[in-house]
Amino acid sequence: MLNQSGEVTRLAVKDAIGFPALTLLASMIGFGSLVHESGLPFTVALAATAGIWGLPGQLTLVEVHAAGASAFFVILAVALANARFLPMVVSFVPLIRSSATRPGWMFVLVQMLSINSWAAGLRRFPTISPELRQRYYIVFASICMASGLLGTAIGFLGVGLLPRPIALGLIFLNPLFFAILLAGAQGRGASTALLIGAPLGVLFHLIAPDLDLLITGVVGGTLAFLVGQKRQGREKNHD
Amino acid sequence: MIDVQAIDIGLVTLGAIGATYLWRGLGVLFASRINHEGAVFQWVTCVSYAMLGGLIARMIVLPIGPLTQTPLAFRVFGVVVGLTVFFLLGRRVLLAVCAGVGTFILLVSAF
Repeated sequence: MLNQSGEVTRLAVKDAIGFPALTLLASMIGFGSLVHESGLPFTVALAATAGIWGLPGQLTLVEVHAAGASAFFVILAVALANARFLPMVVSFVPLIRSSATRPGWMFVLVQMLSINSWAAGLRRFPTISPELRQRYYIVFASICMASGLLGTAIGFLGVGLLPRPIALGLIFLNPLFFAILLAGAQGRGASTALLIGAPLGVLFHLIAPDLDLLITGVVGGTLAFLVGQKRQGREKNHD
Repeated sequence: MIDVQAIDIGLVTLGAIGATYLWRGLGVLFASRINHEGAVFQWVTCVSYAMLGGLIARMIVLPIGPLTQTPLAFRVFGVVVGLTVFFLLGRRVLLAVCAGVGTFILLVSAF
C-alpha cells in the first residue's frame, strides 16, 4: 500500500505519460482539425475539449451543429452522448471521497474525470492509501487534460499547414478513433446498441438530417434494451 | 457589428458544456443513493451507444465537410483495416488507428 505522497505522484505521472497522454494527444489533434475544417473558432475547440472533456460529446457538438440542427437539439444530442458520465461518476466518487474532503470540492474534481482517469483509478486505487487517491487522480487527470488541450491546439492550428491528404487523414481520424475505441467497449448491451444504431444512423440521416441522432438513439437504444431484457430473462430461465 | 453566428455557436457550446456537467454533478449528488445497474440506467446507456454507433456510421458513409471530397470506398477501407488490425493484433488502439489512417492517407494521395 502506497502511503508517501511523492511515490503516489510519481506513479500517477508514470501511468499518465504513455498510452493515455498519447491517445488523447492523437484523438484531440483529430478533433481540433475537425473544428477548424467545420469553420468554427479556436475558442470553441478549446472550450469543448476542456468543458465537455469526452470525445463522443465533442464530436456530437460539431457534427450535429454542422448538420444544421437547432441549438436545443444540438444540446440535447450532446447531453445524450455523454450520459455515461453519470454512472461513471457514481461509481468513482466513493473511491476518492475521504473525511477530509470539503463538500463542494468533489463537484470541481469530477469535471476532469474521463474514461482514462476512471480506468486508471479503478486499477490503481487498491494499492494506494485512501487519503492519497485524490492526489493520484488529480495528477493523472491534469496530465490527460494538458495533452488533450495541446492536441486540440495542434490539430486546429496545424491542419491548414499540412498537405491535403494528411489534413483529410486527420479529419478521418475522428470516426476511425471512435469506431476502434467503441469496438473495444465492454458489455453486450453496449455492443448490441452500437450495431443496431450504426445502420439506423445512416437511414435516419437521409430521412431527417437534423434529428437523425436523437431518433437513432431512442429507436435503436430501445430495441437494444429490449433485446438485452429478453436475453436476461432467458438466462434466468436456464438457471 | 455583432457577429450573430459567433454568438450562436458560443451559446450552443456553453449549453453543451452545461448539459455534460449536469451528469457529472448529478453523479456526485446521487453517488451513495443510486443503483447504476437499474433498468432506467440500462436504457439510457443503450440510447447513448445507439446514438454513437449511428454517428460513427453516418460520419463514415455520409460525412459533412471536407471528407465529402473523398470516395466512400477509401473511408470504408480505412475503417476495415483499422478494425482488422485492432482485433487481430492484440487490441492495440494506437496501432490500429495508425494503420487505418495510414491506409486512408495513402489511398487519398495515390488516387
